[in-house]
Amino acid sequence: MTLEFADDYRRRHFSTLSCALTLLALFLALFPLSAPAQESPYMVTYDHYLEEPGSLEVEYFSTFGTQRGGPDFHAYWAEFEYGATAWWTTELYLDGQTTFGDSTVFTGFRWENRIRLLQREHFVNPVLYIEYEQTNGADKILKEVEGHDVEADYAVPNAIARQEHDHEMEFKLLVSKTFNGWNIAENTIATKNLTGGNPWEFGYAIGASRPLALKASAKRCSHCRENFIAGVEMYGGLGDRYSFGLHDTSHYLAPVVAWNLPSDWTLRFSPGFGLNDNSHRLLIRWGVSREFSGFGATVARLLGAH
Amino acid sequence: MTQPASTLAALTLLLASLLLPATSAAQTDQPSPPNNNSVYAELAKSPKKAATRRNPLADDPDAVAAGSKLFAQHCAECHGEAADGGKKGPSLRASEVQEATPGALFWLLTNGVVRKGMPVWSKLPDAQRWQLVTYIKSLGGTANQSGSAASPQ
Repeated sequence: MTLEFADDYRRRHFSTLSCALTLLALFLALFPLSAPAQESPYMVTYDHYLEEPGSLEVEYFSTFGTQRGGPDFHAYWAEFEYGATAWWTTELYLDGQTTFGDSTVFTGFRWENRIRLLQREHFVNPVLYIEYEQTNGADKILKEVEGHDVEADYAVPNAIARQEHDHEMEFKLLVSKTFNGWNIAENTIATKNLTGGNPWEFGYAIGASRPLALKASAKRCSHCRENFIAGVEMYGGLGDRYSFGLHDTSHYLAPVVAWNLPSDWTLRFSPGFGLNDNSHRLLIRWGVSREFSGFGATVARLLGAH
Repeated sequence: MTQPASTLAALTLLLASLLLPATSAAQTDQPSPPNNNSVYAELAKSPKKAATRRNPLADDPDAVAAGSKLFAQHCAECHGEAADGGKKGPSLRASEVQEATPGALFWLLTNGVVRKGMPVWSKLPDAQRWQLVTYIKSLGGTANQSGSAASPQ
C-alpha cells in the first residue's frame, strides 16, 4: 500500500465513519428506548426468529476479504431491521466497499422480508425470505454465496465492476430448530437476476450455535457466560439451473460468536475460511448492532397517529 | 431519470415501505382489553402433556431473581415493568395467568401467540424460560387484576 493511497483511504474511510457515527448519535437521541438483545451469532445463516414487533434493530457489519489476483477489500453494510408484526420482519440494507489500492464505492441496497409460515413451534420451523436487490457488480459484502460465485469475480477493478447493474430477486427457505440450547438452521437459496437472461442460481447456508450457559445468572452482568453465543456456519454456492452442483462453486466454514451486552449492544465476530480453490482464503467479519424497542410507536407519534 | 435519482427514489419508496408497517403496527399496539381474554385463552390450548410439566427450577433460590432480570430484558416492554399490563401485552398478575400451570406458561412462552403479536421465545434456552415462569408465578395476583378487568394503558 503506498503512502498516498494510505492517506486517501484513511481520509475517505474516516469521512464515512464520521458520517455513520453522527447518524448513529442522532438516532440514539431520537429513539432512546432500547432492549437488551438475544441475537444469533450467524453472519450469513438465518434462524427462524424474527424481530420483535415494533422494534427496530440497527446493525453495521464489515467483511474483510483476502483476494488472490487482486487487492484485498473491506466491504460493509448497514441494516435496518424492523419487526412489522410477530410473523413479518422487513429490512433495508445499504452496501458499500473499499478495495485497497482502488476506490471506495456505494454498491447498492437490498430490501428483505421474512415471513413466518407457522404460528407455533414445530419440529422444524419454516420462514419464507424474499429479497429485492439493486446492486452493482462491485458489491463484495458476500452476505450470501450463490451460483458460481468464485473468488476471481471479485478481482475486477471497481471502475469496471460498478458498470454492471443487477436487479435481483432472492428467495430463501429458512428452517431452524432450537433444542437443548442448540440452534440448528438451514437456508436454501434461489436467486434470479432480472437483468439479462441469467438463469436461476442456488446456494445454501447451514449453522449451529449455542449459548455458553443455559441458565441466566441472577445479577445483571456483561461477562456472564449466558451472554455469549458461539457456533459455526458453512455456506456456499450450488450452481445454477443449467449446471446444478458443486462444480465451479465456492464454500466457506466460519466459526461465529456473539456477545449480547446488557447495555443493549450486540457484538459479533466470525473468521471465515475458504474450503476450496474458488473461495477467498479468509473472510473476517464483524458486526455491531443495537435494538430499539417501541420504534413503531415512536414513529406513529411523530406522524401524529393517535 | 438518472441512476442516482432513480436510486434515491427507490430508497425513498423503501423507507416509506418500512415506515408504513411501523405506523400501522403502532396503531394496532393500542390497548384493546377484550383481546386480553383471547390471549389468556391461549393458555388453555396448551397440550395436556405440556401443561402438566413440572418446573425444574421452582425451588431454585436464584430463579426468581434471574427470571426478574430476564423479564426486564425481554418482556417488560410489552407487559409493563411491574407485569401489570402494558400497551401491547396483558397483565401477567391476572388470575388467568397466576392460576395457569407452570407447564402451560412455559408452553405459551415457547410458542408465543404470533397472531396476537407475541413472538415465540424458544430462542431463550429452556432453563431461562423456566426462570421466567418462576418469576411470573412469584408475582401472585389479586382478584381485581383478572384479565377481564385488566385495562392496559
